[in-house]
Amino acid sequence: MPFTPHTAAETAAMLETIGARSLDDLFDEIPARLRSGPLAGVPQALTEQEIGRLMRERAAADGEFLTFVGAGAYEHHIPAAVWEIAGRGEFYTAYTPYQAEASQGTLQLLYEFQTMIASLVGLDCANASLYDGASALAEAVLMAVRLHGRSRRVLIPETVHPLYRKVVQTIVSAQSITLDLVPMDAAGITDAGALALRLEGAAGLVIPQPNFLGCLEDVHAMAAAARAAGVLAIGLVNPIACALIVPPGEWGPGCDIAVGEGQPLGAPLSSGGPYFGFMACRREHVRQMPGRIVGRTVDVAGHEAYTLTLQAREQHIRRSRATSNICTNQGLLVTAATVHMALLGPEGLRRVAAAAHANTAALRARLTAIPGVRAAFPDTPFFHEVVLRLPVPVPEVLRALEAQGILGGCALGEFYPAFTDSLLVCATETKTETDIAHYAYHLERIVTRRRLDPPCAYKDDNPRSP
Amino acid sequence: MVRHYTRLSQRNFAIDTHFYPLGSCTMKYNPRAAHVAALLPGFANRHPLAPESTGQGLMACLFELQEILKDVTGMRAVSLTPMAGAQGEFAGVAMIRAYHVARNDLERDELLIPKAAHGTNPATAAMCGYRVREIDVRADGDIDLAALDAAIGPRTAGLMLTNPSTLGVFDRHIEDIAQRVHAVGGLLYYDGANLNAILGQVKPGDMGLDVVHLNLHKTFATPHGGGGPGAGPVGVGERLLPFLPVPMVGESGGRYYWITEKTRPQSIGRLSTFAGNVGVLLRAYVYARLVGREGMARIAQYAALNANYLLERLSRLGFEPAYPGRRAAHEFLLTLKGLKERSGVSALDVAKRLLDKGYHAPTIYFPLMVPECLLIEPTETESRDEIDGFVAAMAEILAEAETTPELLKAAPHTLPVRRVDEVRAARELDLAWRAHPATA
Repeated sequence: MPFTPHTAAETAAMLETIGARSLDDLFDEIPARLRSGPLAGVPQALTEQEIGRLMRERAAADGEFLTFVGAGAYEHHIPAAVWEIAGRGEFYTAYTPYQAEASQGTLQLLYEFQTMIASLVGLDCANASLYDGASALAEAVLMAVRLHGRSRRVLIPETVHPLYRKVVQTIVSAQSITLDLVPMDAAGITDAGALALRLEGAAGLVIPQPNFLGCLEDVHAMAAAARAAGVLAIGLVNPIACALIVPPGEWGPGCDIAVGEGQPLGAPLSSGGPYFGFMACRREHVRQMPGRIVGRTVDVAGHEAYTLTLQAREQHIRRSRATSNICTNQGLLVTAATVHMALLGPEGLRRVAAAAHANTAALRARLTAIPGVRAAFPDTPFFHEVVLRLPVPVPEVLRALEAQGILGGCALGEFYPAFTDSLLVCATETKTETDIAHYAYHLERIVTRRRLDPPCAYKDDNPRSP
Repeated sequence: MVRHYTRLSQRNFAIDTHFYPLGSCTMKYNPRAAHVAALLPGFANRHPLAPESTGQGLMACLFELQEILKDVTGMRAVSLTPMAGAQGEFAGVAMIRAYHVARNDLERDELLIPKAAHGTNPATAAMCGYRVREIDVRADGDIDLAALDAAIGPRTAGLMLTNPSTLGVFDRHIEDIAQRVHAVGGLLYYDGANLNAILGQVKPGDMGLDVVHLNLHKTFATPHGGGGPGAGPVGVGERLLPFLPVPMVGESGGRYYWITEKTRPQSIGRLSTFAGNVGVLLRAYVYARLVGREGMARIAQYAALNANYLLERLSRLGFEPAYPGRRAAHEFLLTLKGLKERSGVSALDVAKRLLDKGYHAPTIYFPLMVPECLLIEPTETESRDEIDGFVAAMAEILAEAETTPELLKAAPHTLPVRRVDEVRAARELDLAWRAHPATA
């Protein structure tokens, strides 16, 4: 079903108009010896009914789990209206709004999005999105180097998401930019002494809040130290947390750039994407910002209108001297995020953030009550993730939890050699007291190596058990 | 709130509501079966760090998509992880760089790019640390081989090529070009923006290309979403295999697993936090399975049929093809230079007037080297009736240009807003709503 609506008679008439004898004639400028035979590696077509069934079977096989994993992607409730609106054909099947007059819907929505993001992070302007959190951080690093002008060294704390650090490395390495790793201290935050030694002569400093380990960094001091050393401060934030805690625009003297992963704002987990990256900056830096930007203006009759602006920064105008090669961004996810933020409002977002923090606090309390389980950073403030040290091997625990339908967290050993016994856990607002009790019940049983009660022998007090 | 956003949506043109012949963008129908499948709970709710054991259904789809794209491009392996065309380009050029570095061939600092290329090509080259050398195109639309010979040499890392080019024609000397670039030790990069034109007809791998990126949001009908998300998988031939970006999906004994940097130490690395735009990849997979083997070839046939038919009809009206005598690929380029001289009506005016008549405008002023140009790509999913309606609208506009040019210069007249003041937008920056708008 290639979705070609032509009847045989129409095809024949069109070929006649062209003066071609056959459809094959239309390819007569391609050297004949290059023409391919049938695509043996492409299966025969399925009907919509058949592919629908196959996909449902495969999706069902992947199952549904009670998820306590965060580590850069967070399960949040998405109001049903969000994807009903984002899925409307007028948003879903529109192109980039290059023809402003025929794209006022998308353009006004993007202007609203920029307004919401700028307001959430406490900075002046935002762009219309980048690909995801990690690639947005890479773009922020490049932007900081351009703005600084004299240094190609950027400081990245060890507490930044390890996968973000890998992506940044991939993207900036060809431009001879050095990423200087700043170690963490025993409290799970950036080591202030180590940072002080590295600041001089750097172009930028990445400040994660919360950091990958869930801990809250001393962001005011870090931003102030960066400013004092002439280093650009790049805030790397969770947008939900920004609704509750001080946003990067207000850290010390204020960050220069803020970026983050937009997924918590209305994007389903979807195995890692599509999500969107957001980026905001101070007014004076906007001409070095990558990506599309929408401005409010007027039409010839003086009525309010919206259009893409500052396009002279972009690849289709500036070519090899553009701020970035980005063209297609994550428009549809931004549409969802804008509707999501509008539906929740500042108070709704704050309540989500507060509930996630409270649930994680409750989870930490329940789990650290289990003998041998302890918080890795008991005295460090956290947002909605915490690191737990376990008395039994982490992979074994995760496998046993998976058998009970629970994804228990992110094993840290792969990322941090000093944390092979550690698990990063998260409980967003989607988790109930019952869910948390269920997790605690099974984790306690697993770490104490108590066998699961024989099925149907008697009813236990665990409310989720059948 | 729902009413506000529903009403905003109604202030858009979209494929679902309008013919949208935007050149080089492949605005074809986006099947909803793909959207429904990607949002199935087992896929949509799966955490990216969930174990492989809980992702076998998903990974089967991704693995099979890799296999399909391998065959379509004629490449040895495909990585699905780049999140858009420009990231696919980045991956491709980064692999070319990694290849030369691995051979300790460090003097190559130039990438050759035809003048007509998308702006992402030179921007990507710069991001990868290369100097750009532009290659001229001949009057017939093919690359100037003499200019290529003059530019090529020991500093050539590679050539970035779109074929059919953004001029809407297939470069007939592709084998010569590939042979010349390879002869000096360079590699050939294929920008798959226009793959829709040759799907199932000719494979980039058979043309001698070493690395390819695809735009699944073009050729594989995933939604453009008002600017994204895309997906830009990259395929490579033998020489670039070790450098592919991770993660990819492997299969062994019926089990699927992630291929990561652990087993691919020479990989250029990761481009996204997790595995790229998985939901887009799922949609492309569903599309590929719906289209099937024979359908792939039919796509290019009917894309070419619609383009050549529309070109012929518009030529008969008096519109001037930029490359007369050439077969259109899936799109073609008109120049309104003559019309501008006669009537003062520009490509921009024609574009805006088309909006009044209920058609989205073609791409205008691209490629930059052809004056007053319209790049028109109808795609295969449009019927003859729809195309005939567009021809009628263009005929009306041509008549209006002669009789009432001021009507065109003031267009559009029937949209939610009149012509937008873009100069003011850039001069008096208002990028976020405030009681007192910000300026910079």
